[in-house]
Amino acid sequence: MSVDQKMDSSRRTLLLATSAAGGVAAVATAVPFVASLTPSERAKAAGAPVEVDVGKLAPGEMMTVEWRGKPVWILRRTPEMLASLDKTDANVTDPASDEPQQPDYAKNKHRSIKPEYLVTVGICTHLGCSPSEKFKVGAESGMGADWPGGFLCPCHGSIFDLAGRVYKSMPAPTNLEIPPHQYLADTTILVGDDGKA
Amino acid sequence: MTTKSQAVLNWIDERFPLTSSIKGHLTEYYAPKNFNFWYFFGSLALLVLVIQILTGIFLVMHYKPDASLNAAGVPVAFASVEYIMREVPGGWLIRYLHSTGASAFFIVVYLHMFRGLLYGSYRKPRELIWIFGTLIFLVLMAEAFMGYLLPWGQMSFWGAQVIVNLFSAIPVIGPDLSLVIRGDFVVSDATLNRFFSFHVIAVPLVLIGLVAAHIIALHEVGSNNPDGVEIKKKKDANGIPLDGIPFHPYYTVKDIVGVVAFLFFFSAVVFFAPEGGGYFLEFNNFIPADPLKTPPHIAPVWYFTPFYSILRAVTYPLFGLDAKFWGVVAMGASVVIIAFLPWLDRSPVKSVRYKGPIFKIALVIFVICFFILGYLGVLPPTPGRTLVSQICSVLYFAFFLLMPWYSKLDKCKAEPERVNFK
Amino acid sequence: MKMRVINLIKRAAAVLLFAPAVALAAGASVHLDKAPVSTDPAALQHGAKLFVNYCLNCHGASYVRYNQLQNIGLSEQMIRDNLMFTGEKVGDLMKISMARDDGKVWFGAAPPDLSVIARSRASGDGSGADWLYTYLRQFYRDPARPTGWNNVIFENVGMPHVLWELQGEQVAKVTENADGSKHVELSLAKPGKMSAEEYDKSIADLVSFLVWMGEPVAEKRKTIGTFVLIFLAGLFVLSYALKKNYWKDIH
Repeated sequence: MSVDQKMDSSRRTLLLATSAAGGVAAVATAVPFVASLTPSERAKAAGAPVEVDVGKLAPGEMMTVEWRGKPVWILRRTPEMLASLDKTDANVTDPASDEPQQPDYAKNKHRSIKPEYLVTVGICTHLGCSPSEKFKVGAESGMGADWPGGFLCPCHGSIFDLAGRVYKSMPAPTNLEIPPHQYLADTTILVGDDGKA
Repeated sequence: MTTKSQAVLNWIDERFPLTSSIKGHLTEYYAPKNFNFWYFFGSLALLVLVIQILTGIFLVMHYKPDASLNAAGVPVAFASVEYIMREVPGGWLIRYLHSTGASAFFIVVYLHMFRGLLYGSYRKPRELIWIFGTLIFLVLMAEAFMGYLLPWGQMSFWGAQVIVNLFSAIPVIGPDLSLVIRGDFVVSDATLNRFFSFHVIAVPLVLIGLVAAHIIALHEVGSNNPDGVEIKKKKDANGIPLDGIPFHPYYTVKDIVGVVAFLFFFSAVVFFAPEGGGYFLEFNNFIPADPLKTPPHIAPVWYFTPFYSILRAVTYPLFGLDAKFWGVVAMGASVVIIAFLPWLDRSPVKSVRYKGPIFKIALVIFVICFFILGYLGVLPPTPGRTLVSQICSVLYFAFFLLMPWYSKLDKCKAEPERVNFK
Repeated sequence: MKMRVINLIKRAAAVLLFAPAVALAAGASVHLDKAPVSTDPAALQHGAKLFVNYCLNCHGASYVRYNQLQNIGLSEQMIRDNLMFTGEKVGDLMKISMARDDGKVWFGAAPPDLSVIARSRASGDGSGADWLYTYLRQFYRDPARPTGWNNVIFENVGMPHVLWELQGEQVAKVTENADGSKHVELSLAKPGKMSAEEYDKSIADLVSFLVWMGEPVAEKRKTIGTFVLIFLAGLFVLSYALKKNYWKDIH
């Protein structure tokens, strides 16, 4: 190729400079297109923090609120329920919550700010189904005689305890996610915003 | 090239004509070396097509073809466009690129067609290229028209209403035909949904197919040039045209200059005047469609107005059929007649450079008439304007219909043997 | 050379032929006052305040979220405290509670959504802002109208003059021009809370806000555009030099 052989240095420089600038242009052009795939203002507004009044929740009861289109469970645990967490310690994959599935203020045995109230995203960490509640203890639950109460994912059978910790040898890799949240008042929880940016 | 990549290339070439395609269409496609300014618009049309497809894909992700009213009493389709403009990150830019792209497409295509007219690019052996081109123009008009309904503003609605009613002028089947096009007794949700389907799937597929045919036909016979000389007639010992240069790299680097210049003007509109003074985005289209209230001035978008003027210019009934019918016929004919140019032009030379004064005058009159028709098309009609548009319509058709006669009569200069370069 | 002459003739002929058409087009227009549109945050914030107090009762701005007002320099808390009166969330759209059908009954037509009003009101006579600026200052008392109000550039308008307490009451003297068209002259019969200058300034702020709301991204668009054009100009120089370099081989 005669053109290649004659490729003088100025042509080489120009070719490189033009290609580089063209590359910059292509990347800059991609920015709005990629940006348009991210959540819109509407989605962000729908995902705004949710205020929940848990004052009427009886011990042992659970309520579900919607945050960012996902179910968020708020479970008011009885002392027995909390005690069951000691029993499951040995059976769960990540008893100390070392995986970053929760804000720092929920990295404790009961995985919550107040031991009584568990606030967790009700989405199985395996493939995104919502587990069902299995709060009854023992054989009555259909989960075996020594069942201490917890959650069962109907899709692939992952089992979680009453702090949302996943049992060993389950399809789900990690504990249930604890969303950022804070107490605005004694029984008012703001889900989705913990006041830390 | 390393032996390894050569091996990969060989493996592909045994199964797919990669190297031979690159050679045939780029590195060993010999284009005349004397292309001028007018020859940028072919590659620019391709660029705009890519812009439209790319932005269109992303708009479809957020747009909703739904004429029903949302809780605030605004049609969902209209609101979804404003949603794109305000709430989708980067959505405003993608939408402005698409809306400006529509007008840019027609500007570029009109200039591309004018180039063909100047240099006789439609003449033998390029008749099929020209016919494919005319079909592209027709399909592009359909694509633009259907796309214009989607924002579901007042101009969208009433523009579609008027154009669809054109079909009802066809005798016997007309009224039923326009009913089938609309899918309802008025332009409605049904119309919006089918236009959406056509605009994003059916018509683009046809358009891409025609563009491919257009380029394949071009590369079969080779490009014309401003001198209208067939460069294949004079070849060197290797069979390479003496006046030809490889498309790549020479015309790729040249077309890149054209692309950058085009993008400069295009971006200037997108970022500083996206409404195009009310011609690219019409003011009335910021009002949601209201089937009970026609805006006081309704005109098609600027790129349709020359043909729209011809439609309106026909005010006489003929052969027992009403003026409306003949208006539609005239409008249709004014587009279709372009396809017949290869057989209307009987001049011994192709390029305007060697044609005689009659053709030059005819061309100037034709272009002026086209502009006047376009301008009158955006204005409401008055008796004076109708008369002017009638004169211009007659001259428009005369340019084509009298061509066999005046192109023969004209005193042409002799074509040169080789192209003029510098 | 020849092409250039032809081009020149073409252009001259076009200009000659277009001139009368342009003159024809200029008929039947209304005179609009030029709106002093501002992008100053203080003006926009004042406009926003007027908008939520006087307009948002009947007109919605259903494509705009309250929290987008942060783009005119307000904090979420300021928006909540000063611009929101009912129990919405700050991420909500500026919708109204009035049902559309009620609006139709009360005003003859449902009050239009104002999100893009500044864009839709543009015409050959002037920008949408000019129209709004003129319209909102040219209400006058007309006992023949059910609302008691009429407007110079929007005859028999359904909307009453909601800002009359600020502007006062104007009355109209209608005279006929030589060519038969009407000429309306307004004079202030009863002064309002504001002087004429204060009122004009307030309307200018309100219109500026409506313009901002019509396309909140407009300023950002122009900023990005400037960078894009500068970049493309540079790229043009580069690509042109590259083309020159390649084409020096062609003789």
